[in-house]
Amino acid sequence: MPRVVVDVMLKPEILDPQGQAVQRALERLGFDRVTSVRQGKRFEIEIAEPGAADAGPAGSGAAVELGRDMAAKLLANTVIEDFTVRIEDAAGGAG
Amino acid sequence: MTRIGVVTFPGSLDDRDAARAVRLAGGEPVRLWHRDTDLAGVEAIILPGGFSYGDYLRTGAIARFSPVMGSVISAAGRGVPVLGICNGFQILCESHLLPGALTRNNHLHFICRDQRLRIESSRTVWTAGYQPGAEIVIPVKNGEGRYVADRDTLARLDGDGLVVARYLHGNPNGSVADIAGITNPAGNVVGLMPHPEHAVEALTGPGTDGLGFFTSVLRRLVPA
Repeated sequence: MPRVVVDVMLKPEILDPQGQAVQRALERLGFDRVTSVRQGKRFEIEIAEPGAADAGPAGSGAAVELGRDMAAKLLANTVIEDFTVRIEDAAGGAG
Repeated sequence: MTRIGVVTFPGSLDDRDAARAVRLAGGEPVRLWHRDTDLAGVEAIILPGGFSYGDYLRTGAIARFSPVMGSVISAAGRGVPVLGICNGFQILCESHLLPGALTRNNHLHFICRDQRLRIESSRTVWTAGYQPGAEIVIPVKNGEGRYVADRDTLARLDGDGLVVARYLHGNPNGSVADIAGITNPAGNVVGLMPHPEHAVEALTGPGTDGLGFFTSVLRRLVPA
């Protein structure tokens, strides 16, 4: 069963006050070499294997397309966010 | 009596106040539910403040795909007046009825205070009763009210007079160009971060400066 992983990040030009707050906390903890923190979202989406009745193309290419469609419609607001889509196998490794 | 719909989403907070403001302004509020697709023949629609769907994913992102919004979006396209207040403004941006987006306040705090605004445009159906440049005080209360848009969009908002209101005497959330509210080019869709429905009578608000949004649309809908 393919797992689609969608990472959503604020666009570089959009201020990320949460990331800045995390950065300041890291600095207080002594991580003095941190120069920037940006906070984003990660979605792990399990996709059903296409059944025998499904005529559409199977495999990771189709799953990536599905992930892109989901990201563009709902998971990301492309006015302020960018997203990347990739496939992991069920064991969690990159596929 | 002119009927104005007020939509309730799971997590809406200010739907009752919005309905009450409509009544105080002389209209008949009609409660609409997020699962409704039939808008019950209302002549204008208010998307109220709150935390629809718990603000999960992004503010307004899930509400935008609720059944009622399909009908609201097509009504807006036909010129039906739509006012989105706070969370309603966020939903209007997620729906692309208005450009840009609302993001987390630059200082990360939820802010709740009486806020002075300048009405920048009286050309919308929701602000026609205000003098351009009028200063009003109404409550603002949000955690994600920082309006952002790209440079081209901002230039268009400014050039076409689509900024409806700006913050005065201190920007509460870091909104670009002190923007508190915007409209679409037709002037029927308005999004506003502060809350006019909380300033409709002296007993419960800082004054009655917010009433004009509701009387404006009623006056427009009932030709004199």
